[in-house]
Amino acid sequence: MSMAGYETIIGLEVHCELKTATKLFCGCRNQFGDEPNTNVCPVCVGLPGSLPVLNEKAVEFAIRIGLALECEVKWSNFHRKNYFYPDMPKDFQISQYDLPLNEHGRIELPDGSVVGITRAHMEEDTGKSTHLGGSGRIHGADASLIDYNRSGVPLVEIVSEPDMRSGVQARAYVAELRAILVAVGATDGRMEEGSMRVDANVSVRKPGDPFGKRCEIKNLNSLRSLQRAIEYEALRQVDCIEAGERIVQETRHWDEAAGRTGSMRSKEEANDYRYFPEPDLVPLAPSVEWIAEIRRGLPALPKARRQALVQLLGSDDQATLDLVATVVDRDLDALVVEATAAGAPAQLALTRAANELNAEGVLPSAASFAATCQLEASGALSATQAKTVLAALIEEPDADPKDLAAKLGFEQLSDDTLSTAVAEVIQANDDEWTRFAGGDDKLAQFFIGKVMAATKGKANGKAVISLLNERRAAAAS
Amino acid sequence: MSDPSPLTKQEVVHVAGLARLELSEDEVETFTAQLGSVLSHAADISSLDLEGLVPMAHPFDLENILRSDVPTASLDRDELLAAAPSVEAGRFKVGRILGEAP
Amino acid sequence: MTTAHELAAQVRSGQISASEALEHSFAAIDARDHELHAFLYLDHDGARKAAKAVDAVVAAGGDPGPLAGVPIGIKDNLAMRGVPTTCGSKILDGWKPPYTATVVERLVAAGAVPVGKTNLDEFAMGSSTENSAFGPSRNPHDVTKVPGGSSGGSAVAVAAGFVPVALGSDTGGSIRQPAAFCGLVGYKPSYGHVSRYGLVAFSSSLDQVGPFTTTVADAALVTQVIGGHDPADSTSMPDAYEDLVAACGRGVKGLKVGLCRDLLDGADAEIVERVRLAASVLEAAGAEIVDLAIPELRLGLSAYYLIAPAEASSNLARYDGVRFGLRVEREDVAAMNVATRTAGFGPEVKRRIMLGTYALSAGYYDAYYGQAQKTRRLITNALDAAYTKVDVLLGATTPTTAFGFGDKVADPMSMYLSDLFTIPTNLAGHGAMSVPFGNSAAGMPIGVQILSPGRRDDRLFQVGAVLEAGVAK
Ligand SMILES: [Mg+2]
Ligand SMILES: [Zn+2]
Repeated sequence: MSMAGYETIIGLEVHCELKTATKLFCGCRNQFGDEPNTNVCPVCVGLPGSLPVLNEKAVEFAIRIGLALECEVKWSNFHRKNYFYPDMPKDFQISQYDLPLNEHGRIELPDGSVVGITRAHMEEDTGKSTHLGGSGRIHGADASLIDYNRSGVPLVEIVSEPDMRSGVQARAYVAELRAILVAVGATDGRMEEGSMRVDANVSVRKPGDPFGKRCEIKNLNSLRSLQRAIEYEALRQVDCIEAGERIVQETRHWDEAAGRTGSMRSKEEANDYRYFPEPDLVPLAPSVEWIAEIRRGLPALPKARRQALVQLLGSDDQATLDLVATVVDRDLDALVVEATAAGAPAQLALTRAANELNAEGVLPSAASFAATCQLEASGALSATQAKTVLAALIEEPDADPKDLAAKLGFEQLSDDTLSTAVAEVIQANDDEWTRFAGGDDKLAQFFIGKVMAATKGKANGKAVISLLNERRAAAAS
Repeated sequence: MSDPSPLTKQEVVHVAGLARLELSEDEVETFTAQLGSVLSHAADISSLDLEGLVPMAHPFDLENILRSDVPTASLDRDELLAAAPSVEAGRFKVGRILGEAP
Repeated sequence: MTTAHELAAQVRSGQISASEALEHSFAAIDARDHELHAFLYLDHDGARKAAKAVDAVVAAGGDPGPLAGVPIGIKDNLAMRGVPTTCGSKILDGWKPPYTATVVERLVAAGAVPVGKTNLDEFAMGSSTENSAFGPSRNPHDVTKVPGGSSGGSAVAVAAGFVPVALGSDTGGSIRQPAAFCGLVGYKPSYGHVSRYGLVAFSSSLDQVGPFTTTVADAALVTQVIGGHDPADSTSMPDAYEDLVAACGRGVKGLKVGLCRDLLDGADAEIVERVRLAASVLEAAGAEIVDLAIPELRLGLSAYYLIAPAEASSNLARYDGVRFGLRVEREDVAAMNVATRTAGFGPEVKRRIMLGTYALSAGYYDAYYGQAQKTRRLITNALDAAYTKVDVLLGATTPTTAFGFGDKVADPMSMYLSDLFTIPTNLAGHGAMSVPFGNSAAGMPIGVQILSPGRRDDRLFQVGAVLEAGVAK
């Protein structure tokens, strides 16, 4: 199996659940994890006679998303997408069709590549089925149970252009998209809970050829699965072509355990959704003023935040860019900026934030974080000690880093105590000292280790080295 | 707009499938004739030149009818499920589902 | 019989109790409904409770509302919590909704007493009630004739004197045509005037709830109760309407009435004659009569019989055996859906679902549904143009008086043609009213139809009241 001579073409459809208090077309709570069929009403169970009314907040979120993706926000309407399925109570989905709310946007990924956004439209979610018997999967089950709590939850479906060329890039796109959606407050972005769901359209071709037949892969519920599934599928398609077979346009299911995609159904039951304008809803025509107001309320987006950090650091080498991406992705950039303003060296604050802090947990205040970085930079704390202090700060965010260092026994040894310790170590290791004094630098580490042991780890490595060098220079003269 | 071709029995069967209806041989025969007669009456509009007219989906030009994002009471689950043909564990029960949603 | 106005006044003044009025209603129904079949269900307990509540308010010196103690028939496609709502279909047999339609809630809040659910063509698809899965209703003027449809049961309930008011729904004439056949006032409000929340959808962009009454003033009274903005219906007009009760007394002096050739041609000669007589009554009352033609109205039938089935095919998808109503069990869900729908729907409903599915399906959308929506615009534009010259239009409600059972069953197209004059109003979303205006030689009622521009339904009541007074003379 090899991709030699082929390129992969990827377009993604991402469904994102909006974080509204209520559903898209009714006042039922939009809440994950409640008792089945308790957040339901005539509208979201599709009872005869019920009618939808559009949730203003959902529209606002959808516009925020559109603006963040640099889309045109437009006059739009809702259509019915007709097909029978038991978790869809009206047997049609209210969605947007030829006149979506947001069109023609773009996302610039951290590596500088750009992915076009075809559209970002509003639609309603379906209920959720649990399958009885078999493996809990739909295939092999004898019966299914349906909970309509999720039915009618607002979704925005973001459709990309087929602009991606690798699983890695697709993964970066979804990561960046998720960061944007979370930043604008539209969603919590939890892929495992299904609040973000990704379908991938994958095809392969020889560069320069027209697009090949594509397959749509469903059930990609983590970034890792997304990348693996695309890479698997591309290889599968190349193998097919190399074996002289034709690619059948179809929907495929990603089997995470087996690490492969499988055909879901034959396309002979071609879908005819009979879209037509939803007569129970009126068009959505957001005013210029409303759009402008929403635009003013948008927070800084990940790309702008990364740029701000790079500027602060004054460096854009790859290692720095990777750290910057991590810090922004974890929402730690504000802390780095503030700590730098409070006197911490920017590069050190960036590195420590990226490697030692976790936005999910408690964060130190900018002042304590800055103070810790400064202690390390001045040599008052070793790198290891500084990391330990940061970990302790997470436990006790209000504590003073100096006090914590003291409590941890990291207080600076007096100069006298340290030079006495160094002298004693030199005396006790005569042979090694002779070789070090003779220019064998490798032995510096040996002496640092001995001094550390003698001082129970309190010595500052840099200070030990400078003492050793002083004594060597004195011995030579 | 040109006159669409007459309705065939195959089309009637296909449409019944889309609508989840099953027709007997006789019904296919009758429906093909009856629907064909309605559709041929509709030739009076399919032959009109309506270029430039905006399709009318609603009688009035309302826009932006929105409600605020405030929760309202949900249904009593027992009352809702009492109307269902089959129920288990607080959920609606159905038989085997043959394929995933399209 | 006593009108709603009169009865409510009597109940409010304590002359008669709501409970007594209700028992009169039940007695009349008991005496004759086995023959006429106006009702599919009588809500004895609920109605008695509602009547008692009204009486308690009166006893306490309060005002139960403008429809105090008025027994009302509710078309069985309007949801009432805990009361069977079948839409005349086997597929909903036994279904009790867990919620109540806005119009019914408003009636009850105004003191009205819903007595039960009236018969209809299955899912309101038909013009005779012959498509009811539970047997047809009969015309009280001649039981060998249909009462019209689809709101036939509601028309019969009022025409037989069971109740002074009944609610119907009108998608292509389903209030006006049975009103004409049964000698009643039947009013289809402008689209968006009356909430559709809780009205089981047939064709969402055409459906509108309205009343059957014996007088024009009663139609105004009931509409003022059920009408007005409902936030639960996105197509409900947010702004207020003219006072319809006041309009009944305004007269027609100076009003320009268009006598429309395309709402007359093809009608029976005695119906044409009655419409001309109605025009002369209006003229005598000070209106100016203008003869005019709006040939585009003729295209309404084709547009309607594509748009309504298309919307219906989607609205009726939810009857799939999963959540409520009939289920015919099969091993897999798709087969269960097919078996349930095949057994649960009658032939007319299947016909329209098929027609609508076809009109929306890939490859035919533009030729049928798209073209029908453009025709809808064409007809509306033509009506708008006519209303720059006249204030209202006058014509026949139906081409014939009530026909016999079975006359049009075999040929759906002939049944559809009986809706020719009522359909354009629904397509345009305007208001229209059928007012009884004498009888045919055979003694069957004849209705005259008044049409008004969208949201100027007050003019219907101006004209209707004058015609009502004129025919009485
Ligand atoms: Mg979608
Ligand atoms: Zn709901």
